[in-house]
Amino acid sequence: MGNDKMRMTKWKPTGLALAAIATTAAVAFAVPSAMAQRDPAYAAARAAGQVGEQPDGYLGFATTPTPAIRALVQDLNIKRKAAYTASAQSTGSTVEQFAFTSGCNLIAQTKPGEKYQTPGGAWKTRDASPPERDARCP
Amino acid sequence: MKTTRTGARRLAIGGRCVVVMAGMSALAGCVQIDTPDKPIEINLNINIRQEVVYRLDGDAKKLIEQNSEIF
Repeated sequence: MGNDKMRMTKWKPTGLALAAIATTAAVAFAVPSAMAQRDPAYAAARAAGQVGEQPDGYLGFATTPTPAIRALVQDLNIKRKAAYTASAQSTGSTVEQFAFTSGCNLIAQTKPGEKYQTPGGAWKTRDASPPERDARCP
Repeated sequence: MKTTRTGARRLAIGGRCVVVMAGMSALAGCVQIDTPDKPIEINLNINIRQEVVYRLDGDAKKLIEQNSEIF
């Protein structure tokens, strides 16, 4: 009886520590994946072809947007511009140059069914073939 | 008499030369380019050069990867 009690008191802290480690690990894994994910409303608008990638590195509207989608895109474009500005400064380029280079990549990364804007300004649905991009894109 | 004939021949040669020269200048006139009637367009994208795009490509890829929630 006394022996059992001793074993219990010995095991308790170890169990707690394990639980703490497990929780920390779960949080550590959960946080980056949650941060890296697109807003569900944005993901839906993208998949539906309402929102697409422009050659200038910003999001645009392939169809007339709802006020909610417009606000969502404006918010994302502001965040994109901030990111481009920081990268432009660290690379010694202009915001437009960095944004344009990103636009080349973002159009290349569109999935079939998603919309993108051609250099001519027309909105196209991405299919299996390579997208129509500016001649300066790598 | 002799001198005048030579002089006439010289004049004739000179005259032919002038005709040839005139013909050449007329031909030169054909390839002259007129000033464009359309206003000269300045492409605003001129500051985005291909070499710059190639230089920034790696950094752009990194930015997109690290901030995937906004792209």
